[in-house]
Amino acid sequence: MITEIAFYLFAFVLVLSGVMVVSARNPVHSVLFLILGFFNAAGLFLIAGAEFLAMILVIVYVGAVAVLFLFVVMMLDVNFDQLREGLQRYAPVGLAVGVALLAELIFAVGGFHLVPIVTPTAAAPGAPVLGNTAALGQLIYTHYVLLFQLCGLVLLVAMIGAIVLTLRERPSARRQDVSLQHLRQPADTIQLMTLGLNASVDELGGFIRPRDGYGAVAAHGTNRAPEQHQTDHHHGT
Amino acid sequence: MNGALGSPMINWTLALPEIVLSVCGLLILLFGVLQKKDAPALACTVLALLAFLLTAVLVIAAPSGTGYRATFVNDGFARFMKILSLVGAAFALLMSLDYNVRQKVDRFEFPVLVLFSTVGTLVMASSGNLMTLYVGLELQSLAIYILCAFARDELTSAEAGLKYFVLGSLASGLLLYGVSLVYGFAGTMEYGGLRTALIGGGAVPAGLVIGIVFVFVGLAFKLSAAPFHMWTPDVYQGAPTSVTAFLAGAPKVAAFALLLRVMSGPFGHLTTQWQLLVELVAICTMVLGALAAIPQTNIKRLMAYSSIGHMGYAMIGLAVGTPEGVRGTLVYLATYLFMTVGVFSCILAMHRQGRPLDRIADLSGLSRTNPLLALAMAVFMFSMAGVPPLSGFFGKLLVFAAAVQSGLWTLAVVGIVTSVVGLYYYWRVVKVMYLDAPAPAFDRNTRTLSFVTGAMGLVTALFLLVLGPVVGAAQAAAAVLFR
Repeated sequence: MITEIAFYLFAFVLVLSGVMVVSARNPVHSVLFLILGFFNAAGLFLIAGAEFLAMILVIVYVGAVAVLFLFVVMMLDVNFDQLREGLQRYAPVGLAVGVALLAELIFAVGGFHLVPIVTPTAAAPGAPVLGNTAALGQLIYTHYVLLFQLCGLVLLVAMIGAIVLTLRERPSARRQDVSLQHLRQPADTIQLMTLGLNASVDELGGFIRPRDGYGAVAAHGTNRAPEQHQTDHHHGT
Repeated sequence: MNGALGSPMINWTLALPEIVLSVCGLLILLFGVLQKKDAPALACTVLALLAFLLTAVLVIAAPSGTGYRATFVNDGFARFMKILSLVGAAFALLMSLDYNVRQKVDRFEFPVLVLFSTVGTLVMASSGNLMTLYVGLELQSLAIYILCAFARDELTSAEAGLKYFVLGSLASGLLLYGVSLVYGFAGTMEYGGLRTALIGGGAVPAGLVIGIVFVFVGLAFKLSAAPFHMWTPDVYQGAPTSVTAFLAGAPKVAAFALLLRVMSGPFGHLTTQWQLLVELVAICTMVLGALAAIPQTNIKRLMAYSSIGHMGYAMIGLAVGTPEGVRGTLVYLATYLFMTVGVFSCILAMHRQGRPLDRIADLSGLSRTNPLLALAMAVFMFSMAGVPPLSGFFGKLLVFAAAVQSGLWTLAVVGIVTSVVGLYYYWRVVKVMYLDAPAPAFDRNTRTLSFVTGAMGLVTALFLLVLGPVVGAAQAAAAVLFR
């Protein structure tokens, strides 16, 4: 009884948040509804006894994917209203495709049956006493260890690709150069002045700014050219 | 825990070549990252070539059998295909050396990506499970998508990469859909299990046939067979030529290895169900490859259509569905690989004042400015057309003979007619080189390229001498599939 109530609750909220994902005007709201949907799907998995999948769904999808989505949606300035403009116009076509797909699905599901004589192979792993986490572990890390490692290689290749295709050396990028930092002398940056009472620094030529390589990019605080600093500096001392 | 089918235990040494190659790849990657920033890719390329050599030795020495719970198979067929793909990849890498430097895409990731793509092709050749098939295919394709966009500052290269990626993902989706349907109807994804399930199945459910068709379509896309060839000309033209040289060789061979293994292994008992489809695709591919190549003016596009046509001829052997047919296909693929490497070594040599050329008209009068290169190119062109003493002829002969033996006259006749049409456009290239007024000479050819051109030219011209051993090896490899 309580399971049924929980099922209908989760299912109802899941469908509702699914609808909201596609219909919410604000993309940030869409992503938040997506996260709600993931949580409810995890609940459904729990009811079905697949506790590992439920936890994975929460950890991977909610923890990583959805947050990443949120970042992308907030950082990219995508005009979603513009994307949605054609909705009314293309609705009939979309509807027709949907109906055709539904008919095909009914046809496919209607003819679905397992070949009776086949003996279940690795798909039904091991002894039934194993919990499904242990069973999945056995499948992924023992039976299909080769495939698991190959998937790792696929991900590695994807990573290499992302770096190869997008990493650029920009000359204007600010990066730390340790040797330049070590070469810096106090005299380059610190200037001690003896000021009388009520005297202003400006009258004595102002502060100098860092003028070597380190400061070439880092200090745009002044509009004066470096040579000017130099003269000011001499003048000041 | 013992497998329900009594499948053997892990038996991990079977995949030793793949493991060694992957570890070498990781080490080369590490070496490349630790190198000085603007160091040339030469060191990494040489290391990758050595890794290929080591792997080839291991492939020959690897024992036969199934391992990893029947996800991985090693047999004569796998060995034949693995050696072919390793040879193709090694030559492509060798040819890329100077081209990449001249094009300023000389980065150490290039050999690493080619290496990982080759790991994918090796896994594809050894697949014993539909999941292995998919993972191997994806590893191989993903590396190639990246390589296509490798010259990232050029619009055409980026376009080629993106186009191939999007269409390739679509094909992967179709393939996975087919795999899931097959799994749904047969209850297993392992080739041996599928085979037993399908032998005893009685009436074949429609859904299973749909699944097989989808698997076939997904693989046909990777082969650029006719209705699924749209990506080929643009990708061939847009990608850096060194990448095209790789993409036209080893991956095609590996995709064919998958197709042959899946169609004649687990689905071998349903030949009547899929034979007509394969025949139709083969005919479409041959006709399109012959007709669409005629108006081309760009040599890379011409080679794209030429490779489409070749895949059609090779597919005849599959459509026949007998050991003779598969033998013909294997010999065809071997000759195709060497011809393709040779042609691309000539195309890579087309440089004037440091700028690469790819129009057919740029070749005009080559016989006077560079007679040896022109001779080699002419040999490759005639071999591709299937002119008798050259290697291409024997591949065609074997597949056509197999088709005639099995009574598939239509295929043989279409094949011969399209070969004659093909002769026209291959002849056009030769005519431009030998009869047209000479254009300014190309830059001096580099030593590696001249070596590759010369070696491939010799193999193509004197294929008759090695015909016996190659056919013998192909025969042994084909027999494995029909045991």
